[in-house]
Amino acid sequence: MGRIQLKQVKKAFGDVVVIPPLDLDIKEGEFVVFVGPSGCGKSTLLRLIAGLEDTTSGTIEIDGQDATSVPPAKRGLAMVFQSYALYPHMSVRKNIAFPMKMAGVDQAEQNRRIDAAAAALNLTDYLDRRPGQLSGGQRQRVAIGRAIVREPAAFLFDEPLSNLDAALRVGMRMEISELHKKLDTTMIYVTHDQVEAMTMADKIVVLQAGVIEQVGTPLELYRTPRNKFVAGFIGSPKMNLIEGSAAAQHGVHTIGIRPEHIDISKTEGLWQGTVGVAEHLGSDTFLYIHGVEGCDPLTVRVGGEVDMHHGDTVFLSPQMEHLHKFDAQGLRVE
Amino acid sequence: MATQQSRSAARLMIAPAVFVLLVWMLIPLCMTLYFSFADYRPLRGVFEAWVGFKNYESFLSSSSFLKAVGTTLWMVAGILSITIIGGILFALLLDQPMFGQGIVRILVIAPFFVMPTVSALVWKNMFFNVDNGLFSYLYQFLGLQPYDFLSQSPLFSIIVIVAWQWLPFATLILLTAVQSLSSEQLEAAEMDGAPALKRFWYIILPHLSRAITVVILIQTIFLLSIFAEIFVTTNGAFGTRTLTYLVYQRVLESQNIGLGSAGGIIAVILANIIAIFLMRIVGKNLDK
Ligand SMILES: Nc1ncnc2c1ncn2[C@@H]1O[C@H](COP(=O)(O)OP(=O)(O)OP(=O)(O)O)[C@@H](O)[C@H]1O
Ligand SMILES: [Mg+2]
Repeated sequence: MGRIQLKQVKKAFGDVVVIPPLDLDIKEGEFVVFVGPSGCGKSTLLRLIAGLEDTTSGTIEIDGQDATSVPPAKRGLAMVFQSYALYPHMSVRKNIAFPMKMAGVDQAEQNRRIDAAAAALNLTDYLDRRPGQLSGGQRQRVAIGRAIVREPAAFLFDEPLSNLDAALRVGMRMEISELHKKLDTTMIYVTHDQVEAMTMADKIVVLQAGVIEQVGTPLELYRTPRNKFVAGFIGSPKMNLIEGSAAAQHGVHTIGIRPEHIDISKTEGLWQGTVGVAEHLGSDTFLYIHGVEGCDPLTVRVGGEVDMHHGDTVFLSPQMEHLHKFDAQGLRVE
Repeated sequence: MATQQSRSAARLMIAPAVFVLLVWMLIPLCMTLYFSFADYRPLRGVFEAWVGFKNYESFLSSSSFLKAVGTTLWMVAGILSITIIGGILFALLLDQPMFGQGIVRILVIAPFFVMPTVSALVWKNMFFNVDNGLFSYLYQFLGLQPYDFLSQSPLFSIIVIVAWQWLPFATLILLTAVQSLSSEQLEAAEMDGAPALKRFWYIILPHLSRAITVVILIQTIFLLSIFAEIFVTTNGAFGTRTLTYLVYQRVLESQNIGLGSAGGIIAVILANIIAIFLMRIVGKNLDK
């Protein structure tokens, strides 16, 4: 249960094609993350899978069955919305029970599943409260609880953590990952935060303007980005993309080097520049180097406590084994 | 308004408004109160400044009083149910994307701008009239005997007229409430397996409950004092004499100002009891 295949799925709003024909195969039990910049069509793609939007053409298959025109309730998928979409006038218990009530599950079974979900999500003490009396993280868990009790074939998450503060986000990220390990159900997760994508995904789908740029495991995308867009999108801080004579030496249009793959020295190196802003994070320091031809500023990651300051002249040497090369179309060259 | 100074300044600023309001309300109220304890029948030249509770006794003990209270309640209840049910339906309809939405919305709101007297006259002569009314033509067209609405079912006719005037108000308030429902909630319910009717029952209706109580409260307060529609159509005959109308008849038709004033005070007390009662319900609903 939980295999989802998109075949030549296309979506247009009026004349505007938001998603050109696209193929995607999501395997059973996989944790797939759709990631891409704002407005690239992630939510639309998720809503197509959920059945909340009609496809313009193409077919969606769930577990081998054509589900393209099956209404959302019958697809066996559960969705967690960005705004949680809890029912404000119902208690937490009633919220979680709602899908079971609609499906006609008997009362004893309802209570059993509610108690199990509440225990798993630390909600036992809050079952009689209204959503308005809960914190953001608790609301998020209620939304997840409401999805779990349906025992769906797959979970769909649309930026579920974007309303939470940074610390809570890290916590919930782990809880969702653990939930996935425990339930072993297919999960599709939409985010524009590449850190979330890298940390949670079995498989990342990078989207740009409705087009799939690359599909792969987090490390595949990190090590061998298929094009400049993926290279710039995955990894934090962003990969440095250098054009001009430095790239020409390697016989390509653009070379890319990640900030963590550059050696820095005060005495010698391939490129010379001056230190601009230095961001000291404690464990790491990010230096923004000006004056290197073809890329300004160039980001370098160095160890936590380095003695380099604004205005210092430094020398940089990229680690050649980690150099990425791209042609004029932005595609990767081996 | 934290400091002593700003607080007293604020008091000073609102003082004129409070003063005007008090004068505006208190003087008529005090005069009514004063007359209600007097035997005052100007046409007969009777004036006795203090007769105790005699006026109250005779107003309360007359058989028309209880009937008038009953009529008032029926009328208000009838109008409220039509406007609320109709208002919800209109609000849901107007929320749908459709061609010419702006114009349709204005048309729906239009009756609210028609003066009560005018709308009662229009209904009386254009629709309900046995000889020339549109409904009579419709009945004839269907091969039925024309029906004299205003004399056969006068209470219902007045309810229809007033409901027609107040429907736009209910629709307007309920429409804004419908529009404030997040679409994600409806989509979540849809994914949870709730078909359209259940979505209405479990999601939309609870969301509207607040707006509905507000509509009930505001309308009740205004509907308790319906006058023009009754005056123009039935003149209080055929069981359409509400409490307001009874007071009017006592004062102007029987020329008994004392009795009418007592009735007025009783009406004020009853209206306040209902208002307090409604306020508590609304307050509870708004607290959520
Ligand atoms: N109902 C609609 N009608 C017309 N255009 C739409 C509609 N919904 C979305 N779009 C367009 O489709 C594109 C993709 O929207 P979508 O919501 O999928 O973006 P997204 O990737 O989820 O972005 P974000 O990260 O900001 O949520 C956008 O350009 C948007 O303007
Ligand atoms: Mg989105």
